[in-house]
Amino acid sequence: MNGVRVLVGTRKGAFVLTSDGKREQWAVSGPHFGGWEIYHLKGSPVDPNRLYASQSSGWFGQLIQRSNDGGKTWEPVGNKFVYDGVPGAHQWYDGTTHPWEFKRVWHLEPSPADPDTVYAGVEDAALFRSTDGGQTWQELSGLRGHGSGPKWQPGAGGMCLHTILLDPSDSGRIFIAISAAGAFRTDDAGQTWRPINRGLKSEYIPDPNAEVGHCVHRIAMHRSRPGVLFMQKHWDVMRSDDAGESWHEVSGNLPTDFGFPIDVHAHEPDTIYVVPIKSDSEHYPPEGSLRVYRSRTGGHEWEALTKGLPQRDCYVNVLRDAMAVDSLDPCGVYFGTTGGQVYVSADAGDRWTPIVRDLPAVLSVEVQTLP
Amino acid sequence: MIRVVLPAHLRALARAGGEVELQVDGPVTQRSILDALEARYPMLRGTIRDHVTQQRRPFLRFFACEEDLSHEPPDAPLPDAVASGAEPFFIIGAIAGG
Repeated sequence: MNGVRVLVGTRKGAFVLTSDGKREQWAVSGPHFGGWEIYHLKGSPVDPNRLYASQSSGWFGQLIQRSNDGGKTWEPVGNKFVYDGVPGAHQWYDGTTHPWEFKRVWHLEPSPADPDTVYAGVEDAALFRSTDGGQTWQELSGLRGHGSGPKWQPGAGGMCLHTILLDPSDSGRIFIAISAAGAFRTDDAGQTWRPINRGLKSEYIPDPNAEVGHCVHRIAMHRSRPGVLFMQKHWDVMRSDDAGESWHEVSGNLPTDFGFPIDVHAHEPDTIYVVPIKSDSEHYPPEGSLRVYRSRTGGHEWEALTKGLPQRDCYVNVLRDAMAVDSLDPCGVYFGTTGGQVYVSADAGDRWTPIVRDLPAVLSVEVQTLP
Repeated sequence: MIRVVLPAHLRALARAGGEVELQVDGPVTQRSILDALEARYPMLRGTIRDHVTQQRRPFLRFFACEEDLSHEPPDAPLPDAVASGAEPFFIIGAIAGG
């Protein structure tokens, strides 16, 4: 029978949650790397036992851990992230400039073709790639160097490259997103990049045609239709039907269109999920009621999914990398909260149950569907 | 032999037990101790000092013989008691965070 392995990164370690295809009974392993911040873990699509984890701490900096046995054992690999050439400077919160400084890895994206190739999105924003299983890292510096870099500025959480989407139909095409610079695309495997933010409107940017400066929180795509992108922006849920060339708003009847994660159903390319959050200064669900919203129409029309989720006195947040879907049928949907709960729905969002309730604050959730 | 005491998280990362004992050739300085430590435990590279600048990470401190040596030049000789192994060289994490 199929099974699932849920990889959970938290403020104080990593946890691995496993179940069979029913997704009812769960085994919990962890904490791995107890006491360390685990911003993200992800498995290789071609070798599910190959996992990568981003481990960091304010004291000891950044480490990358690798597992070859599905998370039972780990080994530290390369942690040397050095910007290519002269790093330069970007905008700072107070309008001054600030030199590019490496702080941490926010997101690891293993290649769909090679278990030894993995991409890392880092703060201060840049994209790195390893082709030797994480031992050494090289910056794809065409992104930072494409011209708008000096105009980039950090969001409240830092100037992070948090989203990496590898186009499954075109090995040269990669989408990334940076808070608060916006979304970018390469069509030549990372040598050259251009911003893809046309149609985004941000209240704090007076120029409606601003090339960069947008606080993109997350982008998602369905692997069968990589030209269609869905975006949760700081405010606004957006959609592009032309690989990011233009965007239009699909917030529709959402109670608020502020939020962090967005994801797509594994088998229905027009079924998408968001978790609305009250506002940019109140990072918790409206009315203390935790609701996932699902659209089966690719946006505009949304329904609240509440069964099994707390509907009163709930003031957790769901961070940008803390939602994932499995590829079983029916599709499983997962998300983790800053209150330490990880919820699963084994029926595409209709009903939810907590797998665990009391982990440290959840930073990321990924799911592997195992044979 | 030079004795080095690591913070608990770095002991776990290096899979080292208690104190670490190192052979250091030449003058015993912060730099020569850290070079020897990183040669024996490559996974510690970047966790105590920056890969490129070799600057001490801000939330770590170096102590020996009950003195804070964190701001001493990296090539300054360490006390004889450290060089002889009578006293350990401490790498300590700042009390910070939550």
